[in-house]
Amino acid sequence: MCGIIGVLDKHRKSLDGAKIKEALSMMNERGSGEGAGYVAYGIYPEYKDYFALHVFFDNIRENKASLDTVLEKWGTIVHDEQIKTYEQPNIRKVHTPWRYFFRPDRSLMPKSTTPDEDIVTHLVMKVNAEKNGALIFSSGKNLGVFKAAGWPEDVADFYRIQDYKGYLWLAHNRYPTNTPGWWGGAHPFNLLNWSVVHNGEITSYGTNRRYIESYGYKCTMYTDTEVVAYLVDLLIRKHGLSEKMAVRALAPPFWEEIDRMPAKEQELNRAIRLAYGSALMNGPFAICVANENTLVGFTDRIKLRPLVSGEYGERLYISSEEAAIRRMEPDVDSITMPKAGEPVIGRVIA
Amino acid sequence: MTIGSIPLRYKVDIDPDQCMLCGRCVENCSYGVFRNDGDAIRVNSRNCVACHRCTAFCPRDAISIYEKPTDYRSHPVWTREVRENIFNQAKTGKIILAGMGNALPYPIIFDRLVLDACQVTNPSIDPLREPMELRTYLGKKPSSLSIKEVANGDVELLTKLSPNLQIETPIMIGHMSYGAISLNAQTALAKAVSRIGTFMGTGEGGLHESLYPYQKNMIVQVASGRFGVDINYLERGAAIEIKIGQGAKPGIGGHLPGEKVCADVSCTRMIPEGSDAISPAPHHDIYSIEDLKQLVRGLKEATEWKKPVFVKIAAVHNSAAIAAGIARSSADAVVIDGFRGGTGAAPRVFRDHVGIPIEAAVASVDAKLRQQGIRNKVSIIASGGIRESADVAKIICLGADAVYIGTSALVAMGCRVCGTCYRGQCAWGIATQKPELTKRLDPEIESVQVENLIHGWTLELAELMGAAGINSIESLRGNRDRLRGYMLDEGLLNVLDVKTVGA
Repeated sequence: MCGIIGVLDKHRKSLDGAKIKEALSMMNERGSGEGAGYVAYGIYPEYKDYFALHVFFDNIRENKASLDTVLEKWGTIVHDEQIKTYEQPNIRKVHTPWRYFFRPDRSLMPKSTTPDEDIVTHLVMKVNAEKNGALIFSSGKNLGVFKAAGWPEDVADFYRIQDYKGYLWLAHNRYPTNTPGWWGGAHPFNLLNWSVVHNGEITSYGTNRRYIESYGYKCTMYTDTEVVAYLVDLLIRKHGLSEKMAVRALAPPFWEEIDRMPAKEQELNRAIRLAYGSALMNGPFAICVANENTLVGFTDRIKLRPLVSGEYGERLYISSEEAAIRRMEPDVDSITMPKAGEPVIGRVIA
Repeated sequence: MTIGSIPLRYKVDIDPDQCMLCGRCVENCSYGVFRNDGDAIRVNSRNCVACHRCTAFCPRDAISIYEKPTDYRSHPVWTREVRENIFNQAKTGKIILAGMGNALPYPIIFDRLVLDACQVTNPSIDPLREPMELRTYLGKKPSSLSIKEVANGDVELLTKLSPNLQIETPIMIGHMSYGAISLNAQTALAKAVSRIGTFMGTGEGGLHESLYPYQKNMIVQVASGRFGVDINYLERGAAIEIKIGQGAKPGIGGHLPGEKVCADVSCTRMIPEGSDAISPAPHHDIYSIEDLKQLVRGLKEATEWKKPVFVKIAAVHNSAAIAAGIARSSADAVVIDGFRGGTGAAPRVFRDHVGIPIEAAVASVDAKLRQQGIRNKVSIIASGGIRESADVAKIICLGADAVYIGTSALVAMGCRVCGTCYRGQCAWGIATQKPELTKRLDPEIESVQVENLIHGWTLELAELMGAAGINSIESLRGNRDRLRGYMLDEGLLNVLDVKTVGA
């Protein structure tokens, strides 16, 4: 099951987290109270040039010093602090959430064209794979993931999500099957500026994981969703594909359709399937993926999970359910149901 | 004759109440088991190889064949086979020749791997209602694409793709040469693959003129004897395969006895009639990986870089590193032939004792290529001991792109796996060049059976994929999460990178 929702304000006008909490709670039928999370873009304007690392520590005294050492080895910790949380009766605080604002030392990655991002990716992979009581679950600039095991409204209150103001939000209501109760298993998943919320199960996970791991990514979260974040990072940031082409690679048209296309289009689509066959995601899914400029929603090739989108003014909404969208914006017009594999793409204007 | 006569391998009985003396067994047996003796059919069981031609054509089910009618004193070490091999070599002082694949009872890894199916959390997909894609492309793939998007929405692909073979099912037929098998058998296979939209290998026997109409579904082989190789041959094939080794006999060459080199075989192989066709153990122009690279490029140059070039190796201990070397040449696919691969003739000691199973070889090759970031540079074709659609699904999960079948295709044409191919007396008209035997095989009929087999496997593969919630074969490839090992040891589970059942 799982319920997802995403909203983008194309003029980067902020909205606070209160409404998205309500919208997500509308889909409690899709969850089980064992995981919920939010990501908001534009929440750290004063630190917007630094990577905001959100970390779950098992134990501050035991685990923090070693993470500090690693971060200082690769750059500068500009500022760090505990993420404020507010005790909730239904949430057992098993981790201490922490935030770092981090500036990588790009001279340490001399051969790369994106040294900052490569250092941060390396750090995230390394720290999370070592499992030393620290998990970096958010690593982009001017954005942050807030998640825990619990119902959406409890998780929202735990972080006081209404106090954060962002122009782009994703949120997720989880019905776990694999890793219940584990905070790291809640969505959104994030790497650099990419965040993903996902409803479904990726049956091609084994193939996707082996593919992405041969590019140096490490899957450490015991769940199929993280692979989506890494695939998107690889295809868009590293290989330079557009969002549309990346979605085409992840959920490509069937050969039957490709065979009917005009020659040039056929050649392109065949090339995508040949080059990115191992990135193709199979199984039922509806996904919202975002970066600082873009919100993309898409489903698997035969649309085994629901996805609707709606627009109102400058805002684009994508969700599992129309009811959730209407909760945020009762007057929303133009509700549409995207076709299987067809992306809904929203971009900020300027 | 101190050893004397060895106990019968098979005993043939005719039930006199059933037998109507029609003589079909006498006509059909090419090994001289039956003799018409007026009011009865006489039997010489010693000649029987259990090819079942007689039972298949007996209209009254009068014939029974029993294996090993005489017991030896049972002994776990000095088995019947061990003792008989010694008798044989004590008499002859020669290498023992054997046919078909590995005959030792090693555990079969395929049979200790189980496939996954969806329940509740993700739906299985019904191939009768939803598209199910088995189309596979064999050849080099770009590691990334360069796509230019222009303002008006037009998209331009800047990356140039290498030639790939397109197959509609990941099942191809492996290389069995004209010489090893009959022209009728090759023709049947050729008709089948051209109707299905897949490919077959010519083997190292050249391409007979009568098969030219099927050339776009043929992969032509260049092996160490270079039989039948000229520019005409290379240009006719859809792809070219360099054979370095064979799973049934890794490390050694081949030998087609002169008596099999009839006029027609001689023309196709481009060797004198009646001369032995000897393929040396190594290619005499390939003594290192660089030499192989040159041959690959040479063949590509000769065919103007229009055709994929495959390299076939036997599955041996170091296959993964060898495959990584091949991937670094211009080769487009690596064929790995496991130790269960069949053959017309191989020294028994090689057939049974040299090489490794295809499951482990494919797993380690795929892992090594991924580790080195070069998996996209070659496709992996697995062969040697693929017996059913489940084997195809499992080997694809372990990382193969496609399979070659050999023995299975022959069985579809009647072969009973009697393992006597090297004698050239095949009663089914498959592994023989004798006109009176080859004419028994009607290419039209047999091609339908081979086509049926591949079609049936393809349907089963689609069902297995659908049950696993996968509608495109790319998502099965290398998807080891969808396999579990049942009673496999930890070392092997690690090599296969597969979890145990229950995990």
